[in-house]
Amino acid sequence: MSTITPGQYAVPEPSVMPAAAEHIPGVHPAPTSFWRKYIFSLDHKVIGKQYLLYALTMLVIGGLLAILVRWQLAWPGKPIVFMGKLFPEGMPNGQMLPEFYNSLFTMHATIMIFFAIMPILIGAFGNFVVPIQIGARDMAFPTLNMLSFWTAVPAAVLIIWSFFVTGGAAQSGWTSYAPLAVIQTTGQTYWLLSLLILGLSSLLTAVNFITTIINMRAPGMTFFRLPLTVWALFITAILLLLALPVLSGALIMMIFDRVLGTTFFLPAGIVVSGQPWKNAGGGQALLWQHLFWFFGHPEVYIMILPAMGITSEILPVFSRKPIFGYRAMAYSMLGIAGLGFIVWGHHMFQSGMNPLLGTTFMISTMVIAVPSAIKTFNWLGTLWGGNIHFTTPMLNAVSFVAMFVIGGLSGIFMASTPVDIFIHDTYFIVGHIHYVLFGGSLFGAFAGLYFWYPKMFGRLMNETWGKIHWVLTFVTFNCVFFPMHFLGMRGMQRRIYDYSQYTHLKGLQPLNQFMTISLFVLGAAQVILVLNFFLSMRRGKPAGANPWRSNTLEWQTSSPPPHENFTGRVPTVYRGPYEYSVPERADDHWPQNEPPKESRFQRDS
Amino acid sequence: MKTHSFPRWFARIAVLLIGLAALPAATGALPIWLRLPEGVSSYSGKVDGLFHLILWITGIIFVIVEFLLLFFLFRYRHREGRRARYTHGNNRLEVVWTIVPAVICVVIALLSRRSWEEIKQRMPKEAMQIEITGEQFAWNIRYAGPDGKLGTADDIVTLNQLHFPVGRPVVATLRSKDVIHSFFLPEFRVKQDAVPGMSTRIWFDSMRVGHWEIACAELCGLGHYRMKGYVTVETPEEYEKWLAEQAEQPAPAAPAGQAASVAQEKQGS
Repeated sequence: MSTITPGQYAVPEPSVMPAAAEHIPGVHPAPTSFWRKYIFSLDHKVIGKQYLLYALTMLVIGGLLAILVRWQLAWPGKPIVFMGKLFPEGMPNGQMLPEFYNSLFTMHATIMIFFAIMPILIGAFGNFVVPIQIGARDMAFPTLNMLSFWTAVPAAVLIIWSFFVTGGAAQSGWTSYAPLAVIQTTGQTYWLLSLLILGLSSLLTAVNFITTIINMRAPGMTFFRLPLTVWALFITAILLLLALPVLSGALIMMIFDRVLGTTFFLPAGIVVSGQPWKNAGGGQALLWQHLFWFFGHPEVYIMILPAMGITSEILPVFSRKPIFGYRAMAYSMLGIAGLGFIVWGHHMFQSGMNPLLGTTFMISTMVIAVPSAIKTFNWLGTLWGGNIHFTTPMLNAVSFVAMFVIGGLSGIFMASTPVDIFIHDTYFIVGHIHYVLFGGSLFGAFAGLYFWYPKMFGRLMNETWGKIHWVLTFVTFNCVFFPMHFLGMRGMQRRIYDYSQYTHLKGLQPLNQFMTISLFVLGAAQVILVLNFFLSMRRGKPAGANPWRSNTLEWQTSSPPPHENFTGRVPTVYRGPYEYSVPERADDHWPQNEPPKESRFQRDS
Repeated sequence: MKTHSFPRWFARIAVLLIGLAALPAATGALPIWLRLPEGVSSYSGKVDGLFHLILWITGIIFVIVEFLLLFFLFRYRHREGRRARYTHGNNRLEVVWTIVPAVICVVIALLSRRSWEEIKQRMPKEAMQIEITGEQFAWNIRYAGPDGKLGTADDIVTLNQLHFPVGRPVVATLRSKDVIHSFFLPEFRVKQDAVPGMSTRIWFDSMRVGHWEIACAELCGLGHYRMKGYVTVETPEEYEKWLAEQAEQPAPAAPAGQAASVAQEKQGS
């Protein structure tokens, strides 16, 4: 590495390149105090780890809420005595009240979507991986990055706190449809404020990612040499930047409706509990849905694109093979991002929106299935002819592909407007979203966790326990969520406290019990992950710089990387990220920054 | 020998998986949770037909994709001396697997469009007109009185009781007093949100007499789960008799016989 070898692309002259880290303008010096090092750190690696702990904690809370929801569905009205002490209002003597049940599923979804999946994929992996993968010393705006994290913390505090305010936490679903959400108890205001604060945090992160990826790439790191994780997070950040302000606007309008007496979402003539509502008139109930879903549909892709990126990263490494159709992968993500903004109406087919508009949204929704299909076939193409190593990250990444296929295909049902008449607002939808967000995003997150853990902590997670965790999670996940499609086919409505009221839902209790028992095992299996996560920090096998023999830049520096990511100069990039098993090379990997030994450029010079 | 037995094993698994995918068609033999509820409206068959068509299409794609995935994982698993094939992709394949899913999706969309228009956009003529108004947590159903017109003094209002004659389409105008509800008749394949400040027209009918239920499909508050109504489809004579009986009774003032809730306590007082 002592001599600079000009690559295929122009490399700055050595004199222009800074010689040592401390002389680089804009790079902050390594902190010495505990507070600056671990709490209010500017280092993207520390912030990434902070997000990781944040997200995993919220994942546990969200999971416990899900267990309570499913308890009620398996054994309606059966008390859980100790819960009566924790929530004397919502669960008197351990018996769940309907309004508490409504809070549970609302908060489960809110916490999982905004406080677990998004922070783990974007906050944790995005922050930790992106700057090193593009060969940067840190994010473009380290202080802004720190602020992003510390803005997300009060949002989480607020959302948890809302459980203990009068009337309990928000109970109008994670979609908070007006006017229900406007007339709800105080918990709803906490919910709105919490998401508003968290939205600000995500916006700051989005700006930071976009700037970093455009401006901070190492010499030779062209856009089409970027690892697909970076592509995915780049597109995700653009989606966040364009979609979140719309949500924030809607949240502010609803806060105004609740607190200041405006009527953005309140039409005239609303009568609640026999009394005319104090301020109504002039607003539109469906306006909320249009604003919410204009954000909400890109949001679904915000949660799945990073997981797609992680999968596209891991499949080539463990197949020892270049990704199949790199450009198709990047373009299809761009396609998803663009189309994602014109499909929101498919959440509103039965909402009273003009049915003719429903038809146009059906067509755009059908079209958005195509880029996802392209990605799936390219993942299959990557495995074809590979040399596949079944490590824990690989098992989780392959599970992502297998489960995302189910989540994608079940989406076609609800994209068809007439079929959606029957399955809309039923468990079919709940099954679909869990195949995308758990089967997809969360398996992607697990894959990323096992994959980058050695880079984060310098030690490998235990492979045997990793595989046990994977097999238990994979099997029980399917036992919990696949039957949801059957419940939906019977017409079982979602968000329903007691389905035994309805004749058409008779006979579904045994299936619901099977799902809940499977969830207990699924939940218990996560204890293995938690133990593996913490115990491996001390007892894990030392990883070395590049345990997976991977090409991308984060593996070409020590584990964990030094404060400034790369000792000496930032690396120069000579080739794409997935040059595995190149013929005529003895080694089956070829790091992006390894100078070409027999380059004609070298011979020319 | 081993290389020859491999494709046969492959074929057997494929036949088995396709057999499993075909199961939904043989609905009679399946437990109730694998079947759609019986369909009783004249368009329920169209909704179910599309559902089964998509089930077949996605089922076949599912089997092919998952089978290839498992096959590749098995066939190309790491073994000593194996080296992966060095390829960056194939443009012709990319074109094929872009166009084929696009065509399939567009065909599904075109087939869906026709039924959707028939169910939601075109209201039948000569239909019986009613009004359905949702409130927390009941369905008010308004019928034309003896003068045959809605919105007049002799209208008949029932609570949670939807009656209509067999074989005649009903056009209902959906409204809501408070929050969004969703009028859901599972066996009729009817679902439409009732939105405050809006009037939405839907139509449905029944091909046979019987008793079914109205469900609320949109979260509408703590009593959402018990916002249940009853559907009675009867012969025209029975229906006329029932309507005449209702005309003699005073309209119900408030939802009765439901568990206590804040909403109803206030309404009762």
